[in-house]
Amino acid sequence: MSMLRDRLTILTAATAGVFMVVQYFVTSPGMDATYRAILNWMQVIFACALMVGIAAVVKNHIVRLRRRRAERPYSLVLLASVAAMASMGFSGGIDQGSSFLWAFNHLQAPMQATVFSLLAFYVTSAAFRGFRARSVESAVLIAAGLIVLIGRVPLGEQISAQLPAAAEWIVNVPALAAKRAILIGIGLGMVATALKVIAGVERTYLGGR
Amino acid sequence: MRRRLRVLTALSLCGIPAVAMAGPRDVIPALAVQTQRLPELIAIVLVIAAAFVAGRLVKRRGAPALRPLPPLDALPDAIGRATETGTPVVYITGWGGDMGRPTTMASMQILSHVARQSAQYNCRLLFPSHDPVIAQVADDTITQAASLAGRPEWKALTAATFVTQSQFGYAAAIEGIVAREHPGAVLLLGTFEGEALILAEAAHRSGAVTIAGTDSTIQLSFFLVACDYTLIGEEVFAASGVLSGDARALGALWAQDWLKYLALALLLCGALVLWLAAYDAGPWLAK
Repeated sequence: MSMLRDRLTILTAATAGVFMVVQYFVTSPGMDATYRAILNWMQVIFACALMVGIAAVVKNHIVRLRRRRAERPYSLVLLASVAAMASMGFSGGIDQGSSFLWAFNHLQAPMQATVFSLLAFYVTSAAFRGFRARSVESAVLIAAGLIVLIGRVPLGEQISAQLPAAAEWIVNVPALAAKRAILIGIGLGMVATALKVIAGVERTYLGGR
Repeated sequence: MRRRLRVLTALSLCGIPAVAMAGPRDVIPALAVQTQRLPELIAIVLVIAAAFVAGRLVKRRGAPALRPLPPLDALPDAIGRATETGTPVVYITGWGGDMGRPTTMASMQILSHVARQSAQYNCRLLFPSHDPVIAQVADDTITQAASLAGRPEWKALTAATFVTQSQFGYAAAIEGIVAREHPGAVLLLGTFEGEALILAEAAHRSGAVTIAGTDSTIQLSFFLVACDYTLIGEEVFAASGVLSGDARALGALWAQDWLKYLALALLLCGALVLWLAAYDAGPWLAK
C-alpha cells in the first residue's frame, strides 16, 4: 500500500513537472486553464497544511504548558494571542477598520519591525569580525569594502572624485562577475534538481523514502 | 504526522480531477508555440542530454573524483560536538523557500543525512519551520532516518515543528530557541532572506558551530562573514548529490560541471565577439 502510494505520488509529481515544462513552451487556452487550476490547487493544499501547522503549534504549546514550568508564561501568551486573533478575525472580519487589522497593524507589525531593526547591530558585529585582515583575501575584502562604503556616501566625493567611480567599478565589474558565476551554478543546480524530481530520482518530498 | 502527510498527498491527487475539469470549458484549444523561448528549450534539452550521458558514464566507469567540500566534512564534527556537550543540533531551512523549491529539496536530502547521524549519536535534533508543508516533510524525513539508523526510539528526541509564517516572527522564534537551548551546532541550509544574518549571529553568539549554505546571493555574503563554514550556491545541490550517493545524482552533478564549462566557453566567445565589434575588427578579419 505504501509502495503504491509512493508510486502514485511520484507519478503525480512527474506528470505535473512535465506539464509545467510543456506549458511554458506551448500555450493554448486549455493548457492555460489547467495551469491556473494547478496553481489554485496549490493554494488549497497550502491552506489545509496551514491548518495542520496551526493545530501542531497549539498542541505543542499545550504540552509545554503542562510539562515545562519555566516556559509556561510564553506558551500562555502564544495561546492567548492565537485565540484572540482567531476570534477577532472570525467575528469582525479582516477588512479595513476591523479589530483584527488594528491588532495586526499595532501589535504584530511593530514587533516584526523591532526584530528587523536588530539587523543593524548584527551587521555591525558581523562586519567587525569579517573585516579582520588575517589573510591576503580578507585584506582585499577590507580594501574593496572600504572603497565601496566611502565611495557611496557624499564624503567619498569630497575626498576624491575617483572614489565613487572606483566603488561603481567594484560593484559592477568584479562583484557582478562573481555574482553571475554563482547564479549560473545555482541555475544549473536547480534545473538538475527539478529534472531529478521529474525522473523520480529525487524523492525527498516523500520524506526520504 | 504520517497520516497528515497522507492527507496532503491525497489532497494533491484530488487536484487531478479539478485539472481535468478545467480544460473542457474551452473551445478546441489553439496551440501556440512560444518561439521566443527557444534558447531556454535548447538549454533544457542540453541539461537533459548531459545528465543522461553523465549518468550512463557514472554507471559504467564509476563516480568521478569530487572536490572535497569543507562544510560537508565538518558536519560529523559539528554533530559530534553537540552530542559531547549534550546540546541539540538546530536545522534551519530559512524563510525564503517552500517545498517546491529545488534548494529546499536539496536541503531535505542533507537533513536526511544529518538526522541519520544524529540518531546514531543519540543527539537531539530541532527543526523549526516557517512552512507547514516543509515541517511535515522534515518530520517524515527524520522518522525515516531514525528507522534507517536502526533507532526508531530516537524520534522522540526530535522536534520538526511549524513555528510561524511571519518572517521576523520566525527569526525571533529561532533566536529564542538558540538562546534557551544553546545548541552545539546550527545548520542553516536553504533559501534565506532578511532573517539570515539575525539567525547566523544568534547562532554565533551562542557558541554553536555554524554551517550554512544558500542559493540567495545577497545573504551568501552575510553567511560567509558570520558562519564557520558556508556552502556557496550550487554547492548546496552538490552536497545533496554527494550525500545521496546515487549514481544518477552524481551523474547530474558531473553534467552540471560540463554545462558550466560550456557556459564559460559561450561567455568567452561572446566577450571576444563584442571586443572585436568594439574595435571594428570586421574588415581586418575579412582580409
